[in-house]
Amino acid sequence: MSPSTRPTCARLAAWGGTCVLALLAGCDPGGGAAQLAAQLAQPGAVPSEADLAGVHVPPPPLSEGIFPCTDCHDPEIPVNTQRREMRTAHTEIRFEHDAEHRWCLDCHDTANRDQLHLASGAPVAFEESYRLCGQCHGDKYRDWRAGVHGRRTGRWDGEKSYLLCVHCHDSHSPRFKPLEPMPAPIPPRRSP
Amino acid sequence: MSPSCSEELAPSRRDFMCALAGCAAATAGLCVDPTHTPFFRDHLRELAPDEIARLLHEKESELTARFGRAVTVGMEPPRPGVEFAYALDLTRCVGCRRCVYACVEENNQSRDPQIHWIRVLEMEKDKGVDFAHADAYYDAEQVPRPGHFYVPVACQHCRNAPCVKTCPVGATWQEPDGIVVIDYDWCIGCRCCMSACPYGARHFNWGEPDVPAEELNPKTHLLGNVPRPAGVVEKCTFCIHRVRQGLYPACVEVCPVGARKFGDLNDPASEIRYILEHKRVFVLKGELHTLPRFYYFFGA
Repeated sequence: MSPSTRPTCARLAAWGGTCVLALLAGCDPGGGAAQLAAQLAQPGAVPSEADLAGVHVPPPPLSEGIFPCTDCHDPEIPVNTQRREMRTAHTEIRFEHDAEHRWCLDCHDTANRDQLHLASGAPVAFEESYRLCGQCHGDKYRDWRAGVHGRRTGRWDGEKSYLLCVHCHDSHSPRFKPLEPMPAPIPPRRSP
Repeated sequence: MSPSCSEELAPSRRDFMCALAGCAAATAGLCVDPTHTPFFRDHLRELAPDEIARLLHEKESELTARFGRAVTVGMEPPRPGVEFAYALDLTRCVGCRRCVYACVEENNQSRDPQIHWIRVLEMEKDKGVDFAHADAYYDAEQVPRPGHFYVPVACQHCRNAPCVKTCPVGATWQEPDGIVVIDYDWCIGCRCCMSACPYGARHFNWGEPDVPAEELNPKTHLLGNVPRPAGVVEKCTFCIHRVRQGLYPACVEVCPVGARKFGDLNDPASEIRYILEHKRVFVLKGELHTLPRFYYFFGA
């Protein structure tokens, strides 16, 4: 989004925020708030798709021995596009991703089994699956491109690595799974 | 007592006089002037570049000998025009404490007695951000626990830092890039800064810090993760040895949910600027006007 297309309320909020910070600056002997207000007065643009250039994304975490899909899915055999429960293959997949409305072929492509497709039908490689996720989760996609949603590693001043959505969220069951915590700190003790 | 034994124990008058002459020569300034040892040095910010280089070299050889492996001690200066800030996404943090232990390893914190620069506070969603009911010692099979959220707290690198104001000897100060540092050799261990800090972010080495040689991070910064002596205060430095070389802090790199964000406030394209401009952001205990550089935000 360019600054010119920013909604009016956001501008007002930014202006209001600047005023509040300017007021704060008036009573701040150190000048820290004034500096902060000056920094925030020129908002940076939301990063576009092009800003992803130069960012490293590791390959998608495909299950062992499952790719390419055409190893099993013979392109010559017609695809059963009837929405149904899987009984013979892929039975290990627990589908908990808006299961009421979605199923396999909403994302997986029938014409080329080794890729995905957008809602428009345009093909998407597994390496760029974030474009597919971004169709519904636009706010997360926007934050991910800005490096704010998800883990970013590398250099704050240069080359970075991103993870794909599917590195943290199983696409078939996307809720982030609970983790085992590291040990609690030892509470302070009174010496004997 | 046999005669041979008494000869070994009692030095002859000649030996004694020789030793005395040796001492006199040393104190006369032939080799050792005690006021030029690190103990008597000037304040770090008043040292000339060659004096700093000598100090770092002495530290390196001392630590290399002590840990039996090569240790480097650097003092990378702040980059002009860079101002660091940190942001933590409270809607993402699951309280797994990976950051706590990554920090311990990266920054050579004492294992026993245990020092953790990061404390992860567990709070109840019903009560909101409420320090009176926070628990840093929660134990659970899995996190996040239902009905709870997690607030990791470390040094907030305040622009208006009470710890810096209260230090009676000037052993702690804010660098131009915003990092609040401690000169461990200048600290007298009075702990005034600890009582001044409203975030409990400063930690005192009550005992000799214990860092196993094989677990030591040998790449150190004099104002950061260099091994500390007993009796001094220490705290988070945003991983000064990493960030001044352009790297993210260790806690940012390790966070499995990507809740931790770090960058340069003066760079309009940085993640930190995006957060301040687009997210709901707050600071801890804002009413104290400490103006932290550490922001908490709601990313969802």
